[in-house]
Amino acid sequence: MVRVQTAALDPGALLGEFCAGRTDCGGVVSFTGLARAATDGAAVSVLELDAFPGFTEPAIEALVQTARVRFGVRDTMAVHRYGAIRPGEAIVFVAVAAEHRRAAFLAADFLMDKLKTEAPFWKKETGPEGERWIEPRAPDYQDAERWSEDI
Amino acid sequence: MLGRLRDIAGWREQVIEPAPDTLHGLRARLAQQDGVLGQALQGPGVQAAVNKVVVRGDAPLLAGDEVAFMPPMSGG
Repeated sequence: MVRVQTAALDPGALLGEFCAGRTDCGGVVSFTGLARAATDGAAVSVLELDAFPGFTEPAIEALVQTARVRFGVRDTMAVHRYGAIRPGEAIVFVAVAAEHRRAAFLAADFLMDKLKTEAPFWKKETGPEGERWIEPRAPDYQDAERWSEDI
Repeated sequence: MLGRLRDIAGWREQVIEPAPDTLHGLRARLAQQDGVLGQALQGPGVQAAVNKVVVRGDAPLLAGDEVAFMPPMSGG
């Protein structure tokens, strides 16, 4: 399941929903991304994510499908927030269910690295020093690059 | 207009009538209205999507088509 929404994310509720009634998988790995109060030392009072509904979801779906095929996992959930997000609030929730834990860990790690660099969102940070549009940082690209090699 | 292009344009969506015949024609029309935006649309990494499909180079346009201009993506 892939969803983008402006409403607040409740990671606990999403994880509960994802695990409910599941008897075919021995492992569920989840990741929750939170908005930070500072980036590289610069204070951030609000993070604004622009999305392109109808375009952003299929692009995320394609990343999810790649993860499912590559790691042979049974099920995935990816919920991404957009709009104005305050420090401490959840931006993204990803969960992966697999028969055994290793595939679930790897698929969740892969999916987050891909989301961080390839998902169609545009981010603007607003702080005391004004506004700035941001792009993926070098470490984000390095993280995503790890998956181009066999590991 | 997505991301920083929305800030530069000062608007997110606009109905343009009559519809230009091509994507290049649309870019030219927008540049005529707003030179700064016209420059920004030629900027590095700016992509266009017609009806939510990314298009490289030029493309024909029909009345009712939706065109999105996307600066480099920030990721999630």
